[in-house]
Amino acid sequence: MLKITKLTRKFGPNTAVDAVSFTVEKPMMIGIIGRSGAGKSTLLRMVNRLTDATEGKIEFEGRDVTALKGDAKRAWQSDCAMIFQQFNLVPRMDVVSNVLHGTLNRRSTLATMFNLYPQADICRAIEILDRLGIAEHAPKRAEALSGGQQQRVAIARALMQDPRIVLADEPIASLDPMNAQLVMDDLRRIHEEDGRTVIANLHTLDTARRYCDRVIGMLHGRIVFDGTPEQLTTGAARDIYGADAGFSETSTSTSIETLERAGVRAMRTAEAAI
Amino acid sequence: MADTSLARNSAAPDTSAIQDAYLAMTRTKRMYGGIMLVIFIALMTSGFMLADSRNAGGFWDGILNIFAFPGEVLAEAREKVTLIPALMVKFFPSLIETVNIAAASTLIGGLLAVVLSLLSTRGLARFPTLVGPFRRLMDILRAVPEIVIALVLIFILGGGPVPAMIAIALHTAGALGKLFSEVNENASLKPLEGLESVGANWTQRMILGVVPQVAPNWLSYALLRFEINIRASAILGFVGSGGIGYDLKNAFSWGQGRYDEVAAIFILLFLTIVLFDQLSSHYRNKLVGKV
Repeated sequence: MLKITKLTRKFGPNTAVDAVSFTVEKPMMIGIIGRSGAGKSTLLRMVNRLTDATEGKIEFEGRDVTALKGDAKRAWQSDCAMIFQQFNLVPRMDVVSNVLHGTLNRRSTLATMFNLYPQADICRAIEILDRLGIAEHAPKRAEALSGGQQQRVAIARALMQDPRIVLADEPIASLDPMNAQLVMDDLRRIHEEDGRTVIANLHTLDTARRYCDRVIGMLHGRIVFDGTPEQLTTGAARDIYGADAGFSETSTSTSIETLERAGVRAMRTAEAAI
Repeated sequence: MADTSLARNSAAPDTSAIQDAYLAMTRTKRMYGGIMLVIFIALMTSGFMLADSRNAGGFWDGILNIFAFPGEVLAEAREKVTLIPALMVKFFPSLIETVNIAAASTLIGGLLAVVLSLLSTRGLARFPTLVGPFRRLMDILRAVPEIVIALVLIFILGGGPVPAMIAIALHTAGALGKLFSEVNENASLKPLEGLESVGANWTQRMILGVVPQVAPNWLSYALLRFEINIRASAILGFVGSGGIGYDLKNAFSWGQGRYDEVAAIFILLFLTIVLFDQLSSHYRNKLVGKV
């Protein structure tokens, strides 16, 4: 379905993404992990064509995506939704208009300039918002919503595109643990209920393990790990982050469950000591 | 299971209610938008008709002659095209004088505008109660046409570049002060809080906290103002403050046979504006760090 071959991106003397190759055969949820600066964002941005590749190829169902230009490129971007860390909504427009922006590629410039959308699209936008549990905020300005709600509006905009692939660039990095869980649950549902491929950059290992069917680890622009969540042991994680034996997941985990587990473990050791 | 189906049933009318409410809101917005558009077009048409009926000559009769004067200038300039380079050299010293007036007035007016803008931005002002008076002061500086100030000053100080410089500097202070103060409003207050926490005084907070944030925008407004001031100082030459405007007035008013001079002066002014436009975008990019 999606085939990436030797994809490379150079920024001046720096190589952000270095000859990355992988194949996605069937719709699944993929997590990309790695430390900041490992090239995760650049990789996703190249798939969406926000950033041009220096070398290499991205193929989707046999079509070379890297070579697309103009209308064809925008049509691909409409098929390949992107969710950002900072949500990237238009803050002064209402939630429904932001969701309707997902249809921009299909509508004429003149009509969208005056914010004229078909009634069916407006109804669908509100249905999507309802599915994500934020329909009551529909007429509010996007800037009036909390971070977690804004990210769900961004997901609604992505769903409005009716995309084949959903790319999520650190979707939960600026959210608290509770909202992070809601957003990740939504992304998982998009994969399970709609059968869409979801590729998410994540910065917490436990999120990657819990939600993804496949985990890709990147270090210095290269893929250093590609396997199932079960194969992602602490040792493998140390290699991905280039960390030494002092590295422990639980010390930085933001997931509520991990904290509970760590707490239980601490209790048990305390009990054992007594 | 029963719970989920119940929840869905109660949620369904909810969604359709939200949809109806939003669609009603959209219809209202569209209706208002349509009414506004109709009113706008009606006002524009009626205003134009009224202005045209009061016009001495009539718009439709005059519009066809719009290219007659430039055509005459161009035709004559074309005949004497060989003389133009020599004329450009001849007028170059007056151009320098004009640019000098513009540069000095932009610099002085700009510095004044910095102080005025910081004093008249809510949230930054040294004396919050005086924000209003400082704003009104800038309004006055902008309201009085620079040509009026220049005429008064020429009457008092006599003709020459200094009255023009003062007149343009005052107008610049008012105009840039307003723009600068709008830029200041968008500056983040967090660095200021940081500086306040270490015990910095107001001047230190402004120079070290605000200026680094807003300098690129200030500079681009000031450079745009400089271009406007070149043109303004050329116009003030018409009322006797020297520079290229004086030559332009003479070339225009002494009737036939001087249009080659007019063309030479316009070419000089055009080249000057292009030059400073290029220079200003270059230095602005350098300051922002884009080059």
